[in-house]
Amino acid sequence: MQHDNKRYVERDRDWHPAAYTPGYKTSVARSPSQALVSLQAPSVSELTGPDFRRLRMGPHDNDLLLNYREDPALAGAAGLPVGERIIMFGRVIDQFGKPVPHTLVEMWQANAGGRYRHKKDAYLAPLDPNFGGVGRCLTDDQGWYRFRTIKPGPYPWGNGINTWRPAHIHVSVMGPAISTRLVTQMYFEGDPLIPICPIVQTLNDQEAVETMIGRLDMARSRPMDCLAYRFDLVVRGELQTYFENQ
Amino acid sequence: MQQPNSRPCSELMLRETASQTAGPYVHIGLALHVAGLPERDEEIWSQMARPEAEGEPIEVVGTVIDGNGDLVRDALLEAWQADAQGQYRPEFDLHKPFNGFGRTATTAEGGSEWSLTTIKPGAVTRGDGKVMAPHINLAVFARGINIHLQTRLYFEDEAETNAACPVLNAIESPARRQTLIAKREEVDGKVRYRFDIRLQGEGETVFFDF
Repeated sequence: MQHDNKRYVERDRDWHPAAYTPGYKTSVARSPSQALVSLQAPSVSELTGPDFRRLRMGPHDNDLLLNYREDPALAGAAGLPVGERIIMFGRVIDQFGKPVPHTLVEMWQANAGGRYRHKKDAYLAPLDPNFGGVGRCLTDDQGWYRFRTIKPGPYPWGNGINTWRPAHIHVSVMGPAISTRLVTQMYFEGDPLIPICPIVQTLNDQEAVETMIGRLDMARSRPMDCLAYRFDLVVRGELQTYFENQ
Repeated sequence: MQQPNSRPCSELMLRETASQTAGPYVHIGLALHVAGLPERDEEIWSQMARPEAEGEPIEVVGTVIDGNGDLVRDALLEAWQADAQGQYRPEFDLHKPFNGFGRTATTAEGGSEWSLTTIKPGAVTRGDGKVMAPHINLAVFARGINIHLQTRLYFEDEAETNAACPVLNAIESPARRQTLIAKREEVDGKVRYRFDIRLQGEGETVFFDF
């Protein structure tokens, strides 16, 4: 019963994409037709979640420039992936602005040509021998996370006749409980493919789209090295229950 | 600085970052070996309990089926459960015999079954004192799923506690409650529960909002 004196701000299901979004065709047969059953009294089952502080990470788990070298002995540019070098960083905070420390942030992406290192991806663009496309880290005690990577390329997919994904990085955040679990995608500020993407268009509200856009941050960019994109993640706000429920 | 009391309270709150589908290549990020990537030293995967863990060792298996009756071969599932005493143990540590959190995926070939190796959780007491029957919380991510679906797996051989579970009873249709009950099998002397998740249509699994 140790966690039952808290709860989370209700998830606004009109803000998130609906399950059934016919413009994104795969959702048609994969969306429940029944209503979700609401749990008015959240229990310890929903109000707890895993704490990954003891998950042992490798030294380059958050550095995609170095974590998939074809040959670790290769020096300099010969062992680095092709593409625009970027830092992707930001803060995980809750809806009240409170930092979410020591939470697991995971990300995955295509290479600079828009090709994923995945058995099922058969796109024409080549694999990069020095790029895997996966990263993970824990936020620090102020909720900050950072990755170093290359900017992924856009790529075509079989939704419409000629449909392209904007450049994006998939992002997964755990937060303090399974109630705050969130998987999203970061898009890049100014990309003309964003407004015509059927997956982005699963959202009804342009303001919701804005929450998924990484912003160029020149101040954090490193001269003669890499640009920086800031992407803050907001998870559900934690509320305390101060009064007895009787 | 924002003047206090100048706006309705709800506007003082930030909006949650919007959800997007995990997509077909979710495995690169959350299930590396399924994508064909080398694994790192420690990965979060489906062996939640080692043989020495306290409790009854079980395997949980199932498929994910779409509205056409076809297997969903690119789904990723996350499990969160209490220990044998009905306590949640947040600290994830692969050196412990049991972790309450695990991941699994359906497969591109063959029967497309996901599986978890775990222990049967104990009943969990809610803040209001009501006892929830033993259950595993599951989240389903896949291409075509815009925001993950949340469900619970209950156990067929807990008929009495299931009948009294306040969460199962919050489901208005008794027939729909049955979609959350995993079937017990014994294979080579090992206990296995089968739980197929139907995303849409006949026998559609109950999904929760919480």
